[in-house]
Amino acid sequence: MALTLDDVLRIAHLARIDIDAAAAREVHAKLDAIFTLINELQAIDTTGIEPMSHAQDVSAPLRDDAITESDHHADYQRGAPAVEDGLYLVPRVIE
Amino acid sequence: MIDGTIAELAQALHARRISSEELTSEALARIERAQSRFNAFITIDRDGALAAARAADAALRKGDGGPLTGIPLAHKDVLMTAGLNTTCGSRMLADFVAPYDAFVVEQLRKAGTVLVGKTNMDEFAMGSSSETSWFGPVRNPWDPAYVPGGSSGGSAVAVAARLVPAATGTDTGGSIRQPAALTGICGLKPTYGACSRYGLVAFASSLDHPGPFGRTAEDCALLLRAMAGHDPRDSTSIDRPPEDYAQLLREPRAAKVLEGLRIGLPKEFHGEGVDAEVAAAVEAAIAELQKLGATLKTISLPAVKYSVPVYYVIAPAEASSNLSRFDGVRYGHRANDFKDLLDMYKKTRAEGFGAEVKRRILTGTYVLSHGYYDAYYLKAQQVRRLIADDFRRAYGECDVIVGPTAPSAAFKIGAKTDDPVQMYLNDIFTIAADLTGAPAISIPCGVTRDGLPIGLQIQGNHFDEARILDVAHRYQQATDWHQRVPPIEHASKSS
Repeated sequence: MALTLDDVLRIAHLARIDIDAAAAREVHAKLDAIFTLINELQAIDTTGIEPMSHAQDVSAPLRDDAITESDHHADYQRGAPAVEDGLYLVPRVIE
Repeated sequence: MIDGTIAELAQALHARRISSEELTSEALARIERAQSRFNAFITIDRDGALAAARAADAALRKGDGGPLTGIPLAHKDVLMTAGLNTTCGSRMLADFVAPYDAFVVEQLRKAGTVLVGKTNMDEFAMGSSSETSWFGPVRNPWDPAYVPGGSSGGSAVAVAARLVPAATGTDTGGSIRQPAALTGICGLKPTYGACSRYGLVAFASSLDHPGPFGRTAEDCALLLRAMAGHDPRDSTSIDRPPEDYAQLLREPRAAKVLEGLRIGLPKEFHGEGVDAEVAAAVEAAIAELQKLGATLKTISLPAVKYSVPVYYVIAPAEASSNLSRFDGVRYGHRANDFKDLLDMYKKTRAEGFGAEVKRRILTGTYVLSHGYYDAYYLKAQQVRRLIADDFRRAYGECDVIVGPTAPSAAFKIGAKTDDPVQMYLNDIFTIAADLTGAPAISIPCGVTRDGLPIGLQIQGNHFDEARILDVAHRYQQATDWHQRVPPIEHASKSS
């Protein structure tokens, strides 16, 4: 499963990271070495092994469906690049 | 005075032989002087620290202090600190002021510690050398031409260079233990779920562990006691009764203080790939533990050799998801020039993240993308289970597992920056404990001919922190590696 330069451009788009052709070639070489390491896993027989998604096999705790938080939105929006009237501003998406 | 351990400083503070304000002023003076040499800090909070120190002194005067009251400490800059910058060593968050405290920060504030500043680190905790920070590399106080390890390099250096007696870090693949080893101090990664991840800026949620750095195992025990605890704001936080991790350490013992302890020596950790000087120091430490009464048993962890590839699927997969929140909308950097929303996302992220963070996001995006999920992500999770099963079997035969923390001592700044895979292999002995979630500590056990520290790793079963701390403590009672001080002007040798 070798990674191609087209794969690099495709995943950079999926990851929303701008990348030019020269940078993509450099990243490709490094990712190729990383995937050579990762591909060692393909040799292992894992038939019937339950995937381990967490360090502890604990079930998700439940709590009462009650409001526990107070309103912090002004605090949390203080670090936003552009805010107006309590709303986050983004470039126009609907003409 | 500040060169003392937390335990010693607490005695002096409670006896009013010294005030927290005096200690904190000395810490701040050292931090400011050392900054140009080691670059251990990103933010220094002089005013906040002195105010907290005066509050601690008032509590001590009233007789209200605990074992950490008035102790100056630094937090890794991935832990949120209300009202203070929390940058994660990234341009993305270079100006981000945390709106609230992380759980462990809150706990340590409640315990009366004095926050002096935020420490430098590999960007978003992704690295093993503390070189990838937007704020420049951290340098090792034993020799500034060398890296201090990473990703919590700034915290490790702050303690090793005797700038503060204690610091926090986070460990996802070895980011507490490996820098502890490379700077000659103690660093503990607790059991997953023992310390809440609330307010720890997420890298890989199933692997991120907050933990303490100290000069001694006893200090780590005191810090962990304050940092641990159940927190409903982290769904993986474990609800269990509070534990005094230092209690076992104070227990009087017969001459053979480790009598009955079974030490497992995995043949996979003691062979090829370990630098000869590291191997010799670890052998000597094991002989010392045996002298203290422990018995040795060779064990095998056959799947552990896959730890690094498993980690470099799972950690990037989780990172690609966690770091998708940095989009230039809600917080952090936003690009100046863009043509539309998609272009804003892409340019913001291209500018805000450094090369290693981008590589990991791309790796993670690929292994989670359509058609590759089973071959990579699911496969890695299955091998993670095989590794955990190996450890479960091993703990049927032994109580702790001992070996080197890192395959070599510190390397030179720049030596591995162009070869990510070589960098990743630094964590070959530490990653497994992050995958299984079991606790592990690194303590100093020697120095190389070049005068660089060597770390010994002691791993235990889930929630067996008290036992590994006890083994480390008993070793430190019999040896003096933890008392070695780097060649810096202000520090003096003390117990």
